[in-house]
Amino acid sequence: MNDFNRRDALKVGAGAVAGAAIVANTGEALAQAGADLKLTPEKGAKLRVLRPSKFVQGDETLWMENTKKYQQQTGVEVRVDNESWEDLRPKSAVAANVGRGPDIVYAWYDDAHQYPDKLLPLNDVYSYLDKKYEGWYDVAKKFSTRGRNQISVVLGSPGSKMVYRKSHLAAAGFNAFPNDFPGLLECCKALKAKGTPSGFALGNAVGDANGWCHWLVWSHGGRMVDDKDKVVIDSPETVKALEYVKQLYDTFIPGTLSWLDINNNKAFVDGQISLTNNGISVYYAAKTSNDPKLKEMALDIEHANYPIGPVGRPTEVNLTVPAMVFKYTKFPNAAKDYIRFMMEKEQYEPWQTASIGYFSHPLKAYEKSSIWTVDPKHTPYRDTMKNMLWPSYAGSLGYASAGVLADFIMVNMVASVCSGSKSPKEAAAEAQKRAERYYKV
Amino acid sequence: MTTVSTSPRAASALSPRRSLADLLDDRRVLSFLFMLPALGILVVFLAYPLGLGVWLGFTDTRIGRPGVFVGLDNYDSLLGDSVFLLSVFNTIFYTTIATVLKFGLGLWLALLLNNSMPCKAFIRAIILLPYIIPTVLSAIAFWWIFDAQFSIISWALMKLGLIDRFIDFLGEPWNARWSVIAANVWRGIPFVAICLLAGLQTISPSLYEAAALDGATSWQRFRHVTVPMLMPILSIVLTFSVLFTFTDFQLIYAVTRGGPVNATHLMATLAFQRAIPGGRLGEGAAIAVAMIPFLVFATLFSYYGLQRRRWQQGSEDD
Repeated sequence: MNDFNRRDALKVGAGAVAGAAIVANTGEALAQAGADLKLTPEKGAKLRVLRPSKFVQGDETLWMENTKKYQQQTGVEVRVDNESWEDLRPKSAVAANVGRGPDIVYAWYDDAHQYPDKLLPLNDVYSYLDKKYEGWYDVAKKFSTRGRNQISVVLGSPGSKMVYRKSHLAAAGFNAFPNDFPGLLECCKALKAKGTPSGFALGNAVGDANGWCHWLVWSHGGRMVDDKDKVVIDSPETVKALEYVKQLYDTFIPGTLSWLDINNNKAFVDGQISLTNNGISVYYAAKTSNDPKLKEMALDIEHANYPIGPVGRPTEVNLTVPAMVFKYTKFPNAAKDYIRFMMEKEQYEPWQTASIGYFSHPLKAYEKSSIWTVDPKHTPYRDTMKNMLWPSYAGSLGYASAGVLADFIMVNMVASVCSGSKSPKEAAAEAQKRAERYYKV
Repeated sequence: MTTVSTSPRAASALSPRRSLADLLDDRRVLSFLFMLPALGILVVFLAYPLGLGVWLGFTDTRIGRPGVFVGLDNYDSLLGDSVFLLSVFNTIFYTTIATVLKFGLGLWLALLLNNSMPCKAFIRAIILLPYIIPTVLSAIAFWWIFDAQFSIISWALMKLGLIDRFIDFLGEPWNARWSVIAANVWRGIPFVAICLLAGLQTISPSLYEAAALDGATSWQRFRHVTVPMLMPILSIVLTFSVLFTFTDFQLIYAVTRGGPVNATHLMATLAFQRAIPGGRLGEGAAIAVAMIPFLVFATLFSYYGLQRRRWQQGSEDD
């Protein structure tokens, strides 16, 4: 795999091509080849970029500033379309299908694995960044790699953590956030008893609901598929997870079955809930608000990693944003170079900082960014991509996994138990049947 | 014997022009020519997408990957899919209840508006507002109105002391179904009311006068004059209303995304979810195509069933 990446990387850029003969023969030189990537944008290149719209203002502001910088340095004209989260996937899917549209799409999760043949291999950029920034986290490799190619380069992950009100937990008798499942249940019961309940989204919410429902099942040892893509969700481990969640749901604020991605933010900021799972955006909104009440709330907001379940290790999944270049682009070098440019430290760190770590990095070198230590409340988000799994764990990414995720099979399974419409065993059996439709040969 | 000869040249010069003129004089040909632009538009924007959708339903096409013909596999698979079957139930329930309510309330509103009242034109304009507002905007407004934590309805009822906790409008499956129906009815009433009002205004007052002279009561005048005279326009409006409601997408997508636990998924929203975010264009197309028989049935029922002339003329059915 590495040989291929490096060899492929050498195809790009005159400098690299000139040194190819030597580079191919020594390991040291090979390593150097990655860090010396030179992509020359095509003359008169114009790029159209589609990316998720801002959830925190700093994200978009710095992105546009970095883009402007790129334009000034290279002369490449770049148009950035900030698309609403829900519309991003349909738009990139249509582009893939009709062969026209944006050159670069910063998409969701495993989008790249739905139409790998339509994407330009990014092995050279991937390899270059891998060398220069101490390597990719395993999950980023998983998202990027398809066979012998890297079909995307992961930009980062709007990570989700436990977001809670410190004073409310203290009032309920918890001076620190619980780090196991029995502790979490006791904490939620105590919060409800105090009139400051927790709340986790159970509607068809792409980010929040998928995030905590997958974590819940995985942490008990359940999973949708095994490493051979065999559907195994109907298992005793899944049933245990569902029995647990039924008790947990009883402690939630009413209405979470209808919650979409924005509802928990609204309820938390309004002070109606004191614990949920979310990105750092709630804290960001409170901290940057002009409302004195929200500023005061920001001081009380804390973040924690998801508790560890019976499997004994982190089992989180988070939204992931892969950068993809469509093969139909007339300016492949410019497109790849833009992606590289935005991942370079000079751009990436200020962008991360401006959004106070809303996007967690996929490259290990960025663990050292000051944004993770300047405020201890940022720190839990630092290891988002280091610890997370991919949504189709433990199977492969592709058509079937995308279908299962889009159909909210995991979320619906959990929600049907919480609503009382199905027993844990019935819900697991139904999820098995639904998932098998996607994984059938 | 006289022989009349025409030079070949003259004949060839005249006959095409003449035959073209003759052709254009033919009303059938001329009508066809005039219809050609409309036909072209229909073929390109209606027939082709419909045909493509039907074809895709017989393939396993994925986003970014052309499919192969799989016959009825998609339909066979959908018959064993609990979410699809639930969406069929939801769609029929949603369409039936919403249509009945829209027609009941719309007719009532039309009858009220047909009376003389001050500021009649202004009131009629106001009535149209829900229909004028883009669906997605009114859907977002309803999303707030039905919010589990911020609902103004729950808040008002709490303030009045009628309830002691917020109503879970969208979190409980049946509540959610009724809530989205309420939103659809709110939006659809103006369309029905204004169309029926137009129909009411075409009924000659002399018919009511004659009925009154014969001693007909208000109900009898309504039953035997208003309803039969309204039937032609009612059947057309009903057809359109059923079509719009059955294929509703925006309202559900903005308010519930099909939740909770797929309780409000309609066939249109499920088709989208499977085809675009899920990448299974073939299956999504099959779901969309599966709507056609229902739509054809509803159209035939409302168009022919309600246009029975004997019934309109006050006689009993055969």
